[in-house]
Amino acid sequence: MKSDIKLITDEGKRLDGRGPHDLRKIKIEAGVLHRADGSCYLEWGGNKVLAAVYGPREAVPRHTQNPLKAIVQARYNMAAFSVEDRKRPGPDRRSVEISKVISEALEKVILTEYFPRASIDVNIEVLDAEAGTRCAGLSAAAVALVDAGIPMRDIPVACAAGKIEGQVVLDLGKEEDNFGDADLPIAISPRTDEVLLLQMDGHFTVNEFNQAFDLALKGCHTVSEIQKKAILEKYQSVVAEVQE
Amino acid sequence: MTIVPVIKRDYITKLAEQGKRIDGRTFDNYRTIDIETKVVNKAEGSARVKIGNTQVLCGIKMDIGEPFPDTPTTGVMSTAAEFVPLASPDFESGPPRENAIELARVVDRGVRESQVIQLEKLCIAPSEKVWLVFIDIHILDYDGNLFDAASLAALAALLTTKVPVSRFLKTLNEKERASWQEQLADIYRIPGVNEVPFGSDETSTNQKKVEDFPLPMIEPPISCTAVKINDFVLFDPCFDEEVIADVRLTVATDHKGDLRAMQKGLSGSFTREEIQKVIKGALDNGQEIRKKLNHSIGK
Repeated sequence: MKSDIKLITDEGKRLDGRGPHDLRKIKIEAGVLHRADGSCYLEWGGNKVLAAVYGPREAVPRHTQNPLKAIVQARYNMAAFSVEDRKRPGPDRRSVEISKVISEALEKVILTEYFPRASIDVNIEVLDAEAGTRCAGLSAAAVALVDAGIPMRDIPVACAAGKIEGQVVLDLGKEEDNFGDADLPIAISPRTDEVLLLQMDGHFTVNEFNQAFDLALKGCHTVSEIQKKAILEKYQSVVAEVQE
Repeated sequence: MTIVPVIKRDYITKLAEQGKRIDGRTFDNYRTIDIETKVVNKAEGSARVKIGNTQVLCGIKMDIGEPFPDTPTTGVMSTAAEFVPLASPDFESGPPRENAIELARVVDRGVRESQVIQLEKLCIAPSEKVWLVFIDIHILDYDGNLFDAASLAALAALLTTKVPVSRFLKTLNEKERASWQEQLADIYRIPGVNEVPFGSDETSTNQKKVEDFPLPMIEPPISCTAVKINDFVLFDPCFDEEVIADVRLTVATDHKGDLRAMQKGLSGSFTREEIQKVIKGALDNGQEIRKKLNHSIGK
């Protein structure tokens, strides 16, 4: 889709004042919900996302159980009021797809073989949306899994890169997502740089793709540091509480 | 029934006999209430309410649509509640179950029947176009007393709602916009709404600028809920109390101290004296909660 909106100014700034390689502002807090086994609240630019983890618990219905390992069920859901035009509540094709790719990404890092017949449920609620909700959701889910004490090989993290006005940029904003040329969200295991999730739409040359991929990878590592800081803060607050 | 609720019931009733509750409150006391408004940018109005560990988020979206044929000059409101699995190990995804539907209907009734939203001021063109108000309630953390948390969140969200006139106009082409601007401007002439500025004087009539305006509302009633366990009446039940409660009563009171709505729930029963007790407690607590609500919206 083309528009008259100029996405990059002559000074090389983007609509929200960022440079091409800048992330939006990210804030992460672990352990925000009372009932959940683990939870996380994440703000990423205009996105506001809550994630809660339940489990490992017995998988129901029974036929979904795997006798050798746990199943991972992520459920991505958008609040009706999170978008410009009200979204009808409940799952649609888009959220079913996103739930599936996030489940698969998380399953790769969770030590599922420790919990046969169990299910690990990850609920992701998008409360306010502004482009890049799946990356925000996955990154929040990862922190919630750590908060729930689920054994994992690594803390997964996601970030997107894209192309606007022929230029490769990090972390597309709202207008950039609507009117940009391409979008590439990825999730990785930051210790090994294994790719856990990768989607692309739009138009990249191979060269541009490589640029965008490297940029997204760099973005992932930046977000990963913020995740670890949030987890550390949670642990420290627990330690302080115990010492009291 | 599993054993855990039996033990919990034992524990809670033993404490109640000594006049105590599991979290140290008195029978009439509410947990700490925290109201935060304007938390969702994309919503026309929003609020997050915490009552103790219970957390509820309400967002308001508005749109333009057709009125019902039998009420051609009033706006339309609808309420939905989602018990998302994030909020409790017992909630499952899928279409709303009984509980979610009951909650949505009780909140809806509280707002609709006491005419909190002045729907007659939301008519744009009789029989053709009126404003639609969608109240969506999201339970985020379930530790009991959803009725009070949800209705408080709905009220706080409604009280901070701005009717999105400018957003609607953006979706039209030039010609449609001019004609709609005329019609939309009419609702500003209705008493009570017309204090909102829209263009300065006669000379600038063609470029009359219609701006977003606050949703027309009246002073709302406040809901308070109590449950009965054995013969003890406890206000603002937490999850453990709610699970073992025999019967529940929600009472909504207005700023004059009148009753505006009541709803009994669960299979137990109340005596007349107990009902009086709940009403008295609802009036006292209602006043306190009203102060908090007004404070949260900057009044």
